[in-house]
Amino acid sequence: MSEQDDAPIELEPLPLDAWHRARGGRMVPFAGYHMPVQYEGVMAEHLWTRSSAGLFDVSHMGQLSLSGEGVAQALEALLPGDMAGLAPGRMRYSLLLGEDGGILDDLMATNRGEDYYVVVNGATKWDDIAHIHEHLPESVTLNHMDDKALLALQGPKAVDALARLVPGVESLVFMTAGAFTIDGVEAWISRSGYTGEDGFEISIPADAAERVAELLTAQPEVKPIGLGARDSLRLEAGLPLYGHDLDPATTPVMADLGFALSKRRREEGGFPGHARIMAERADGAPLKRVGLMVDGRQPVREGARVVDKAGREIGRVTSGGFSPTLGRNIAMAYLPPAQGDLYAEVRLEQRGKPFQATVTAMPFVPHRYVRKGV
Amino acid sequence: MPTYFTKEHEWIAVEGDTATVGITDYAQAQLGDVVFVEVPPAGTQVEKGKEAAVVESVKAASDVYAPVSGEVTEPNGALEGDPSLVNTAPEGEGWFFKLTLSDPTQVDGLMDAAAYKDFVAGL
Repeated sequence: MSEQDDAPIELEPLPLDAWHRARGGRMVPFAGYHMPVQYEGVMAEHLWTRSSAGLFDVSHMGQLSLSGEGVAQALEALLPGDMAGLAPGRMRYSLLLGEDGGILDDLMATNRGEDYYVVVNGATKWDDIAHIHEHLPESVTLNHMDDKALLALQGPKAVDALARLVPGVESLVFMTAGAFTIDGVEAWISRSGYTGEDGFEISIPADAAERVAELLTAQPEVKPIGLGARDSLRLEAGLPLYGHDLDPATTPVMADLGFALSKRRREEGGFPGHARIMAERADGAPLKRVGLMVDGRQPVREGARVVDKAGREIGRVTSGGFSPTLGRNIAMAYLPPAQGDLYAEVRLEQRGKPFQATVTAMPFVPHRYVRKGV
Repeated sequence: MPTYFTKEHEWIAVEGDTATVGITDYAQAQLGDVVFVEVPPAGTQVEKGKEAAVVESVKAASDVYAPVSGEVTEPNGALEGDPSLVNTAPEGEGWFFKLTLSDPTQVDGLMDAAAYKDFVAGL
């Protein structure tokens, strides 16, 4: 028996490394770090998060602060979101774009008043930092907050657990954020996440990470959750994973992330690849990201081919696996738009074996974000 | 009925020139929740050290190698309906397939239970 995965080398420990190991986390190499892939098991952790609350360590992600005169304009030169119009305490999903409009990374940007707080993917953060640095005017400073840890508390009971420790945090709604304290520890908390559930992301000093993780998992609703369930949860939520469902050959239109193209920015332009992206919006892109329900019991995974009746490759599966919530196999794939209509039947091929699938609306499992205050 | 183990975490229980093959408890724990198993149909010729079956967990797909060469006589049909047998009873009801050994001396190079236990302890 052997897993079909390669392991990178030269790994660094994250602030909660010892804490994960003491909790029984099985550590694997991920994005240049040792990360817990699971504790009690992916299926149990997945279902726990959907029914209660899960604590995820996402300290491998890059936490950046950009500040200085013209910071919103400087960001707008790199991504297609409306940064100037983002009110303090509000955040937006956006995309770092290459000159040709290809996606260099996906990210969350928050206007914190005194700066823009930007969270980028762990595996791409060094390239992102170099890219942003290269394009910033002298008046804008980029600070990599590598002295911070980042925790995500996700699930329908996340608000109950966190509000017990952080009174007032329940007043945040989806995609808003603010400064709070947890047991005296300064924390930047947003109501956001990567599971499709209600939940929070909590940025804290690295040296307080163990204390905060202990406090959170001491709440009866909360268990620590590994990367395995993080991946199956985000797949069910229809959320793309950079390096798999998104890459520099993919544009926002191909990726079906048109919502990240703010109206003012579409009209005014001034972001990389504007002409190409607007042409794709008007005329269609050669490929688009769709959701698939896969027939049969065997999961179809990244790399499986989408084929036409003659067996010719017309697209690729970029993520796929078993959905614990639905009890069946789901996938994301890139297809020519003509083959990607809702409910269209699609043929797949994995290791020489044929599979049937049906194009399905995403998310596969409905989002349960809290958009209005209680 | 002597049982032998491979470094790839398969077990094989031998009785004369027939044997039952599965994956070890250590292997199932590493894989996590098994959601699909593909076992070779009866009549398949498997070759020592080559892929014979596929086991898929929520996380990943893994190959299962034949510990010895031979002809498959019976796949475990129960795994189709309940792949989680591999998690709950990896060295019992969660067996993969039975085969007829083409060269019974091939088991000589495999580990016994004590040697496999030491091998796993060193991982």
